[in-house]
Amino acid sequence: MEPIIELKNVSKRFGGITALDSASLHVDEGEVVGLIGDNGAGKSTLIKTLVGVHPPDSGDIIIRGEKVQNWNTKKARQAKIETVFQDRALTPQQSIVWNIFMGKELRHSFGFIRVKEQVEEANRIIREIGFTSKLIDANSPVGNLSGGERQGVAIARAIYNDAELIILDEPTTALSLIETQKVFDFVNNVKAKGRSVLFIGHNIFHVYDISDRFIILDRGKVIHKLSKEDVASPEELIKIMKETVTGKKE
Amino acid sequence: MEKKVTLWSYLADNSRPVSSLFYFALIMTIFFASAPQVFFAPKFHQAVLTVIPIIIFLVIPLVFIVTMGEIDLSFASTFGFAAWVFASLVKYFSFDPFLGFIIGVIGGAVVGVLMGCLVVYGRISSLVASLGALFLIRGFLFVVSDSKSITVIEVRDHWMHAALVGKFYGFPMQCFWAAIFIIIAYYLYHRHVFGVHVHHVGDNPESAAQMGVNVDLTRIYCFMFCGIGAGFAGIFSTLINFTWWPTQGFGYLLLGLAAVFVGGTPTWGGVGTIFGAVFGSGVIAYMETGIVAMGWSGLWRQFFNGLIIILALLGHRFHGNRIR
Repeated sequence: MEPIIELKNVSKRFGGITALDSASLHVDEGEVVGLIGDNGAGKSTLIKTLVGVHPPDSGDIIIRGEKVQNWNTKKARQAKIETVFQDRALTPQQSIVWNIFMGKELRHSFGFIRVKEQVEEANRIIREIGFTSKLIDANSPVGNLSGGERQGVAIARAIYNDAELIILDEPTTALSLIETQKVFDFVNNVKAKGRSVLFIGHNIFHVYDISDRFIILDRGKVIHKLSKEDVASPEELIKIMKETVTGKKE
Repeated sequence: MEKKVTLWSYLADNSRPVSSLFYFALIMTIFFASAPQVFFAPKFHQAVLTVIPIIIFLVIPLVFIVTMGEIDLSFASTFGFAAWVFASLVKYFSFDPFLGFIIGVIGGAVVGVLMGCLVVYGRISSLVASLGALFLIRGFLFVVSDSKSITVIEVRDHWMHAALVGKFYGFPMQCFWAAIFIIIAYYLYHRHVFGVHVHHVGDNPESAAQMGVNVDLTRIYCFMFCGIGAGFAGIFSTLINFTWWPTQGFGYLLLGLAAVFVGGTPTWGGVGTIFGAVFGSGVIAYMETGIVAMGWSGLWRQFFNGLIIILALLGHRFHGNRIR
């Protein structure tokens, strides 16, 4: 079985700074991969390159065995790769329904939107993800939602588009315990359906709990690729990371 | 889960156009009460309704531009450019006026596309770029016309004149075309992928780009739409006056922008209102003539224009600040 996505020797520079240095990784079907690294390790650049926000300077992006050219966000979404960005990529003054369908609107001919269908779908989705307030419906502006609810909208967008790979960039940052648990439940549900997740996190305990495999990034380079069998506990993962960053064995 | 829609919630959800309607109604009430003999005369309204559609053709595309978080000042010169293309083709090249109309509007669209490309690919602020274009195009018109007007009296007997700017039982036909323009623009703004993308780009261009919205193309289309609106306005104005003149359209620059903001579209992007802009156009058009009709000196016109703009904007503050 070909990996859903594979990066081969991908590099990305911004001016004189090398943000990614010959990074290679892959994500297989039905697995949860944890991507970890210190601040400035290149995690966000890697994600943005992976989903077409930044074009790579060199290296290959391979989708289900086929090398792709002119990779961009639209093509990534067409390839059923959805991303919940760290900033959630929402437009706060717009409604929940417009945000859920942003860039993938349900259309009639000539580009007119299937308004009723979108609203019905959005109402169904926000019920599914646990919105219960009578004050919130699909037409409510996203800016009026709490942090956890906004995360819910970003995740709902990924669910609706029936993604085969969902990339979650720091999805638990600034969330309450209950909201964090909801994110974990979501990841487990996605996995149970045979879909894949690339989970980027600062909190090693979160990443350890949820992932089948770990990729450690440091200064733009992929330093370690470990399976869960290789790492006995989150503490050991932290130790490996520390040794990676400092270059000293503990 | 769906919220119950009450009259109050409907008014709250549409507070910007509703308050613009309120300002319009307030001004009209003052005018009617102060000078009933003028304001109850149908001819007075006929005269204003002759001009309002021109303002609407200019203002509604500006709502798209401002919603997108940009500004376009060049529309006042694109107005003159499209009208010059039309008048020149009809006068000097004996083009059928309808063909001249189509080519003139296409000319406006091309200027809009160039304006959009300048902003998107030149990475220049739209305020500065469109200010430059405003003078550049106007200067070009002065040079090519040698600062002389072009009369197109020959269009009077053409079917297009009656259809576009004739009278239907005393009612200016351009109001009918402006109404169609408003309806199309409303659906484009609220129900079409283009309008939805304009909102997303104005709200948060980075998010829109991350979600696969073609931000650059949306921006260029928006400027193109502004050029098309200015083209319509310029040619309609030429048809009404049977004349193109080198400064044509320049007087609409600040009035057009004022109508957008009086109409309730905020400066920060991401939100706007088409119907609000229509009422804003009404406020501006009636202020222009109403002050004089009330018996005040014309010298007061700009003063009251300014006053109503400031008061309307203060009123729109109650709709809240930008949601982040």
